[in-house]
Amino acid sequence: MSENIIELKNVVKSFGNVNAVDGISMTIKRGEVVGLIGDNGAGKSTLIKVLSGVHKPDGGEIYLRGQRVNNWNSARSRLSGIETVYQDRALAVQQSITRNIFMGREIVNRFGFVDTSKQYQEANRLMREIGFTSKVFDPDSPVATLSGGERQGVAIARALYFDADLIILDEPTTALSLTETNKVFSFIENVKARGRSILFIGHNIYHVYDIAERFIVLDRGRVILTLDKKDTPSAEYLIETMHDIARSGHTTSEVKA
Amino acid sequence: MSTQSIDQRKGRDEANPFVKWLRNNRRVLTSAGFLAAMLIVFIFANPNVFTQFRTYRSVMIILPISIFMVVPLVFITTAGEIDLAFPAIIGLASYSFALIVDSGGNAFLGLIAALVTGALFGFLNGALVVNLGLSALVSTLGMNFLLRGLINILAQGYSRPVSEIRGTVLQQILTGNHIFGIPNQMFWALLFAVFGMFLYNYHKFGVHTHCIGDHPGSSKEMGINVNRTRIMLFVFSGIGAAIAGIFSVMINFVWYPTTGDAMLLPVLAGIFVGGTPTWGGIGTVIGGVFGVSIVSFIETGVIAAGLTGFYTQFVYGIIIISSLIGHRLNGDRIR
Ligand SMILES: Nc1ncnc2c1ncn2[C@@H]1O[C@H](COP(=O)(O)OP(=O)(O)OP(=O)(O)O)[C@@H](O)[C@H]1O
Ligand SMILES: [Mg+2]
Repeated sequence: MSENIIELKNVVKSFGNVNAVDGISMTIKRGEVVGLIGDNGAGKSTLIKVLSGVHKPDGGEIYLRGQRVNNWNSARSRLSGIETVYQDRALAVQQSITRNIFMGREIVNRFGFVDTSKQYQEANRLMREIGFTSKVFDPDSPVATLSGGERQGVAIARALYFDADLIILDEPTTALSLTETNKVFSFIENVKARGRSILFIGHNIYHVYDIAERFIVLDRGRVILTLDKKDTPSAEYLIETMHDIARSGHTTSEVKA
Repeated sequence: MSTQSIDQRKGRDEANPFVKWLRNNRRVLTSAGFLAAMLIVFIFANPNVFTQFRTYRSVMIILPISIFMVVPLVFITTAGEIDLAFPAIIGLASYSFALIVDSGGNAFLGLIAALVTGALFGFLNGALVVNLGLSALVSTLGMNFLLRGLINILAQGYSRPVSEIRGTVLQQILTGNHIFGIPNQMFWALLFAVFGMFLYNYHKFGVHTHCIGDHPGSSKEMGINVNRTRIMLFVFSGIGAAIAGIFSVMINFVWYPTTGDAMLLPVLAGIFVGGTPTWGGIGTVIGGVFGVSIVSFIETGVIAAGLTGFYTQFVYGIIIISSLIGHRLNGDRIR
């Protein structure tokens, strides 16, 4: 159970003179649920985009199941069993629900032609499973006709479909109602039960506390705190510790409670 | 968009698959309706001319050249790009064809040379836009001048008759016989359009083209190779231009230094009249075929209706604008 799915070593990513990710090292083990916390602009989304291959890091190393990877990109990360629900949902809103679910990983024959009826059926099944709305979905409807929660459902259904080893969720509950939020949580419990890993980003520390087994706190592109759940008696304790660090100005990545 | 209207939409979907089909194909249906309406007006304006098959055949002799061009341009437009260099690539690719044939070379060799020329300059366009990040609008416009200039420098203003191609097997197959009075090239062009339609709607390449035009960032995040697809789109456009150029020479039996030049605006208009919008992400290949057909019939129609050639551009304008209004009235822009 202690196999590393992915490991980052001293990863750096800058935009102009903004060091969005400033030398971050972290690992995610098989079956582990990690919560990533930090203020707006702390670098959470940038970090996961390096992980998922969207951003090429300016420095540092990425190890996938112990193997150093080069030329990491989104297609590779998906094929290696990493699915990401991005903060912006990564949807193409004029396209159908089906096309969005299979975007970039279409079911094709050997000539590259898409098996549209298979995709339609799978999308239909998936949307019912997710059950994000009581209404009957038409997988042919463009995503633009869906509500925010339903769009989120499409993005999550997509991550679910490919049975990934690691699912990254960047603020998946933003803009969701209470029931929809609970659905996301039960989805995470499901994934956990199947021995898959999750990297969960959230603003709501109480949510993150409930879900994750380990917490990583970012501040201005650096890891300022990592805590295991067993060393964290409550969400309040987590918040308190974060405030302490912010006040004392520590920036080491090895502050332990 | 309010929740209520979404629900109504869903309700409609369930109620009637035919309505759903109509809605999914409303852009191509609108342009087909527009072509039909325009022909009906022409028939009333001059029954003599527009009830005779001869009229349609004369349009079908050169319409295929536009069809070969509009199909890849619908792809490019769907991807949110534009290619204004195609007229010069038509000229340059057909020039290499004409040069080889005119100097006694094999026609098939000429055909290959033209296709390679088209693909190569398409690739160059793509590389400028994708790798150097130039604006497609401006850089392909520049390319169009550059390549037409190159043609002028090379050809020194001289045309190239290629009458030796007449009667060869290749020419017979491509632009020879008339089946039921319909010139061969029309069948090839329709075959190409149907191929394009399948590529556009059901092949990974076409699906990725839609996604990229819809949201390049999302496409990249989902692992689509956005840059490579974009370059391939320009190559496709170059190949379409080469085929259009070859057919142009095979139909006229002469290559002019201006070959392709007059196609810029009519073919561009055909894309949009056919129902592919400018903003990317959606479109229709078959609509594009209707679009260039509409544009091709205008000139014939204007003259046949008893107006002088002075009216042609005026009518062009009316038809382009009213067809855009038609597409807009027939469906919300959802982005
Ligand atoms: N594509 C980009 N180009 C330029 N700067 C960027 C880009 N993406 C992120 N940044 C900058 O990098 C920093 C970190 O941004 P990031 O999106 O990773 O933060 P975050 O922790 O996800 O914040 P939030 O909680 O608001 O989502 C910010 O200062 C942001 O402005
Ligand atoms: Mg973020």
